[in-house]
Amino acid sequence: MTAQTVDTRGRSVPALHAVFAYIAAVGLVLLLMMLLGLVMRMAQAQWVTIDPGLFYILMTMHGAGMVGIAGLGGAAILWHFVRRYAPVSTGVFLTNLVFFLLGAILILGAGFVGGFAAGWTFLFPLPAISGDAWSINAAACYLLGLLLIGVGFLLFFLDVARGIIAAYGSLANALGARQVFGLAPEKDGPPAAVTAATMVLIVDTLGLIFGAVVLVLSIVNLYLPSFALDPLITKNMIYFFGHVFINSTIYMSVIAVYELLPIYAHRPWKTNRVFYIGWMSSTVMVLIAYPHHLLMDFVMPTWVLITGQIISWCSGLPVALITAFGTLTVVYRSGIKWDTASGLLFVGMMGWITGGIPAIIDSTIPINGVMHNTMWVPGHFHTYLLGMTAMLLGFATYVTRGHAPDSALGAAPIGFWLYVCGSVVFVMAFLASGAASVPRRFAVHLPEWLPYDRLGSLGGMIIVLGTLILVSRALLRIHSILREPAEEG
Amino acid sequence: MQDTVWMVTVVLMASAAGIFVWVATAAEKGVDDYGPVVASLYRLRPWLFGLAAIVLIVSNYKALTALPYVSHPGVGPVQTVNVTGEQWSWTIVPGRVVAGRPVEFRVTSKDVNHGFAVYDEGLRIVAQTQAMPRYVNVLRHTFTEPGIYRILCLEYCGQAHHEMEAELVVVADTTPSGEAQ
Repeated sequence: MTAQTVDTRGRSVPALHAVFAYIAAVGLVLLLMMLLGLVMRMAQAQWVTIDPGLFYILMTMHGAGMVGIAGLGGAAILWHFVRRYAPVSTGVFLTNLVFFLLGAILILGAGFVGGFAAGWTFLFPLPAISGDAWSINAAACYLLGLLLIGVGFLLFFLDVARGIIAAYGSLANALGARQVFGLAPEKDGPPAAVTAATMVLIVDTLGLIFGAVVLVLSIVNLYLPSFALDPLITKNMIYFFGHVFINSTIYMSVIAVYELLPIYAHRPWKTNRVFYIGWMSSTVMVLIAYPHHLLMDFVMPTWVLITGQIISWCSGLPVALITAFGTLTVVYRSGIKWDTASGLLFVGMMGWITGGIPAIIDSTIPINGVMHNTMWVPGHFHTYLLGMTAMLLGFATYVTRGHAPDSALGAAPIGFWLYVCGSVVFVMAFLASGAASVPRRFAVHLPEWLPYDRLGSLGGMIIVLGTLILVSRALLRIHSILREPAEEG
Repeated sequence: MQDTVWMVTVVLMASAAGIFVWVATAAEKGVDDYGPVVASLYRLRPWLFGLAAIVLIVSNYKALTALPYVSHPGVGPVQTVNVTGEQWSWTIVPGRVVAGRPVEFRVTSKDVNHGFAVYDEGLRIVAQTQAMPRYVNVLRHTFTEPGIYRILCLEYCGQAHHEMEAELVVVADTTPSGEAQ
């Protein structure tokens, strides 16, 4: 099946070219955001000197940018594979990219022109109370940028939902509900990519609606302070939105593992009743695990916080025992010939699993009491987001390979090893400093904390170098594919 | 606690990564018949699920018996300390407490969200809670060692967030009952 034979509605742009546009945007923004992160780590290590005000602007841009491109990259993977099974629109897919770029311009303007630095989580009422560091207009610009990006994603997910319902009758069918309840044979179940996409669109639609509501309320409050918001309720809404959105980026990216590793291993990805039960339970658990971000808000109802802890622990089971176990089973003694793309997909899964371990430990309430908002937190989420990014880079390497044999991948294997080795050093430095109680989000570090910062900076440099090689290779391949007339990868 | 958490995490992460590396390095030697391979691996999964369930239940039960949340503030012989955060300073009244007796911190904020974290002299966190406008979080902690404890803000609160520091003095209990301990 070639890219154009599927109904894509937006017929003016070939589907694969639309995916290339996403890969180019994600690759460039990823590199820029990695550089911002590296500058922050080097400032903490006292290897470069920047004003603390600028540090917090970089921190806000880095956070918002990384979350955004994780979503954008995940959307590219989801759309690329789901369109094999369901009629989704290229026009809506590209509209999402346009909304993202417009939103990114507003956010970058808010930060680098307006000085906005309230953190990507924009916790109420910090956007309005800056200590004269930024204006109300700059804050509104940032919030409006996030809102635009959210609207783009909401349109995207609604279109995917429309396409999946058209192909499978209902979202329940696409989740494998008929197989779960014994109403249809396992062999007739939906493909893994469709089930994963359905889970993501359900949770993300809810998350984005909550996010849009809290963004609009925050914008109104900026210009009408008498329209007071409740800090605890807005905090719940923001973390619900943020938690759901960032988690779903990984669930989107894993579709590349489901679709591509079986090709390399010459084995099918086995979907069965347990698989569908796992994804259905993940759908619920991702929605109700978010209170683990609020464990130090003692005024929250205790039962909500206990639920947050227990669900966070439970949510690791489907991941570890279905998707990771499935990955290992597909690869085990398969005779697979590793290349850069398959290697990245595999280590991406490894990053997801290993990053889940410190995350689950941190969601344990007594442990959270000494780990919350230390470097432990960026330690665990960088582990699985670097895993997510590895899947994304693996996907980009695969779809841009064109007709090039693996031996023609140039420096890509070096990029792979730099990325993997740099990631290990980078995240372990974060986790070690978290165990040593080093606070996160501090522009200036005490002398006792510098060894961790310097180790982390070294790891960060190696990651940036590896990513630069992998992204450059993908962009060069896109360039050469687009120059080949009437050929597609 | 932090050292134990760190050691357990490293062991678990290394074990998980080790399994992936082992499978990856052994993968290039393929077997022709996939059926028996997958059957034997899938027989393993219920046992892994059972093991994970046991770890989950035991860990959660143990954790839930050590919750830091105070259900009845002000009850019992506690030393009450009122804490107010604002950009970018702490007001802590009183700023001196006695070791060995429970301290009840009543933590709030005048402006934005802050994080009230108590660091010991070795720069390790001993307790924390959030400082929120319009809410009072009650944190109870018993200091076992006298000393000068540092208070840092652990919730990002603006451009001088990292400078938001204070001290809490914990003195030895010199009463007859305290000396007996």
